[in-house]
Amino acid sequence: VKTPKSVEAKKVTEEERIVLKRAGKINPRNIEEYIALDGYQSLAKALKMRPEEIIAEIKESGLRGRGGAGFPTGLKWEFTMKVNAPEKFVICNADEGEPGTFKDRLIMEGDPHSVIEGMLIAGYAVGANKGYVYIRGEYYESVDNLRTAISQAYEYGLLGDNILGSGFSFDLTVRLGAGAYVCGEETALIESIEGKAGRPRLKPPYPPVKGLFQKPTVVNNVETFASVPAILLNGSNWFKSIGTPSSPGTKVFSLCGNLVRRGIVEAPMGTTVADLIYKYGGGIEGGKKLKMVQTGGAAGTFIKAEEISAPMDFDSFKTHGASLGSGVILAIDDSHCAVDVALNLMEFFAHESCGKCTPCREGTRLIVNMLKEFSKGRGSHEMLDNLYNVAYTMQNSAFCGLGQSVPVPLTSLLDRFRDEFEAHIDALECPSG
Amino acid sequence: MPSTNCAGHEELYAELNGYIDSVKNQPGSLINVLHRAQEIFGYLSEETQQHVAEKLDIPLSQVYGVVTFYNFFSTKPKGKHQIKVCLGTACYVKGADRVLERLKEELGVDLDEPTQDGKFSIHAVRCLGACSMAPVVLVGERDFYGKVTPDEIGKIIEKYKEE
Ligand SMILES: NC(=O)C1=CN([C@@H]2O[C@H](COP(=O)(O)OP(=O)(O)OC[C@H]3O[C@@H](n4cnc5c(N)ncnc54)[C@H](O)[C@@H]3O)[C@@H](O)[C@H]2O)C=CC1
Ligand SMILES: Cc1cc2nc3c(=O)[nH]c(=O)nc-3n(C[C@H](O)[C@H](O)[C@H](O)COP(=O)(O)O)c2cc1C
Ligand code: SF4
Ligand code: FES
Repeated sequence: VKTPKSVEAKKVTEEERIVLKRAGKINPRNIEEYIALDGYQSLAKALKMRPEEIIAEIKESGLRGRGGAGFPTGLKWEFTMKVNAPEKFVICNADEGEPGTFKDRLIMEGDPHSVIEGMLIAGYAVGANKGYVYIRGEYYESVDNLRTAISQAYEYGLLGDNILGSGFSFDLTVRLGAGAYVCGEETALIESIEGKAGRPRLKPPYPPVKGLFQKPTVVNNVETFASVPAILLNGSNWFKSIGTPSSPGTKVFSLCGNLVRRGIVEAPMGTTVADLIYKYGGGIEGGKKLKMVQTGGAAGTFIKAEEISAPMDFDSFKTHGASLGSGVILAIDDSHCAVDVALNLMEFFAHESCGKCTPCREGTRLIVNMLKEFSKGRGSHEMLDNLYNVAYTMQNSAFCGLGQSVPVPLTSLLDRFRDEFEAHIDALECPSG
Repeated sequence: MPSTNCAGHEELYAELNGYIDSVKNQPGSLINVLHRAQEIFGYLSEETQQHVAEKLDIPLSQVYGVVTFYNFFSTKPKGKHQIKVCLGTACYVKGADRVLERLKEELGVDLDEPTQDGKFSIHAVRCLGACSMAPVVLVGERDFYGKVTPDEIGKIIEKYKEE
């Protein structure tokens, strides 16, 4: 049962690759191999451009944040560039706490220099000279590979003072997260880098205006940074030729749950859930039937088996009620009960609520208690209404994205599997066994 | 593990002090120092927290606030081999709850309490970022076991009994 040191996900099939172009093909601990495959070419090109030109190219490409919210990256950089400040920062969000997500780990393990190169370009574009990678403490392999990559980049004069003779200087440090889901939220993450308990700050001001140590700061996801070098090298038109008009490029999906083939796959934005499950994931294992899919991560929506024609892009939430989020496809077969799935998920949120605001601290607790009653067959119609009420209150009054998004998965389950919840009212045992 | 041997204890503190001195002037170094301290001592006792507070010249309450906020830090001793069972959704739908139950039975302990001989403790965690191998069990820091069935638990524990 022992798996290799790094728990490796299979390559699912040959796909169109931008972010994972080199992963698995090069030795991630050897900078020469990265350089041999166009590595740091994009940085060299960037350093000859004006910052405004770089930002214009990224804006034109339509690149949107891969951490989940899909905010336009070029716009974020432009905000940061335009603030006049003596000191600015670039932060890579590598906290990856979303259950079901493991794409950032594999990007950092397989091609750490692409993340460093993306951060360098961001730093030059916005006028920052210092960067941090905030990475989950448990990601030992990623931490090792990234640290090795950073020290090699210093040796080659790609980090440090006067990079490639351009006059631009940039330092990069790794910071370890300490196991709190909420620290993936950018302002909580910033508090954590400052050495404090990671409780979110009020937004606005957003990090581009007031971030780390109150200085303008770019915070982007691992996959976002890793997409940047290829865009600058090949041009925004090339990037826009992949994916959908509102969500250009590719997305790295984490396929998990009751699938035959689990792992990561890079596919164009707009690929359907059905293709991800059947073409790449090999369908449902053990001869069982697909019951539901949670897309986007813990904070994403559940869709029914009948709805899997939904495309995976940033618009899918509006058009099909399916969230792209961090790109998780969690397939759940028909041996599972919707109430149990809801309970498992809500226990996660109750545990991870940071306790700063009442709607989330108390709301998650109330939800868990009610779901526990349902799971014992002791639910009631009143409780069902109450679940919606609590969800509604949280959505409107929780302080940060964690509490605000808890109702998304919950109400999507309640809406779609209402009959199953009702079957747990005055029942002697769970009807789905 | 904390050492009862006084000389060994001092050595461990010397190691920690060396690290603290190397990062002391970096802003926000408290969390990194606590990471190192937990690596050295196995957990963060009140004494260790007090020491860190003094060395970094910050209030003990600040150290305590940070330690209790993050799941990674522990104020209680753990087993020599910490067994983490992922209960994240992807592991849950692959039967992680049954793996956890069996583990508790085999070791005769509940979550977060070390076995009598101090060799093991069991901890529930939420997603280890290895979801393709669900259900996932992690022993210590780096020994991942994937696609674990309850029947394999005995074998896994056996390997660490002698260490
Ligand atoms: N990758 C992972 O492991 C996880 C991802 N998530 C994702 O996180 C998302 C929520 O993230 P939030 O940061 O709370 O969303 P948000 O909508 O507040 O912000 C998204 C990004 O856009 C920037 N932004 C938004 N408005 C701005 C403005 N007016 N000026 C400058 N910058 C602006 C923010 O600074 C941030 O970087 C969810 O969609 C969820 O999918 C949640 C949990 C884990
Ligand atoms: C509770 C919570 C957890 C989050 N966790 C992560 C995370 O682990 N990784 C990540 O990149 N973004 C995470 N985010 C989103 C970040 O706040 C932020 O939007 C993102 O880092 C911006 O980068 P992007 O524009 O490149 O996506 C989280 C948000 C919330 C509300
Ligand atoms: S919504 Fe939840 S996680 Fe966010 S600040 Fe409030 S209690 Fe903390
Ligand atoms: S859910 Fe268990 S490793 Fe991700």
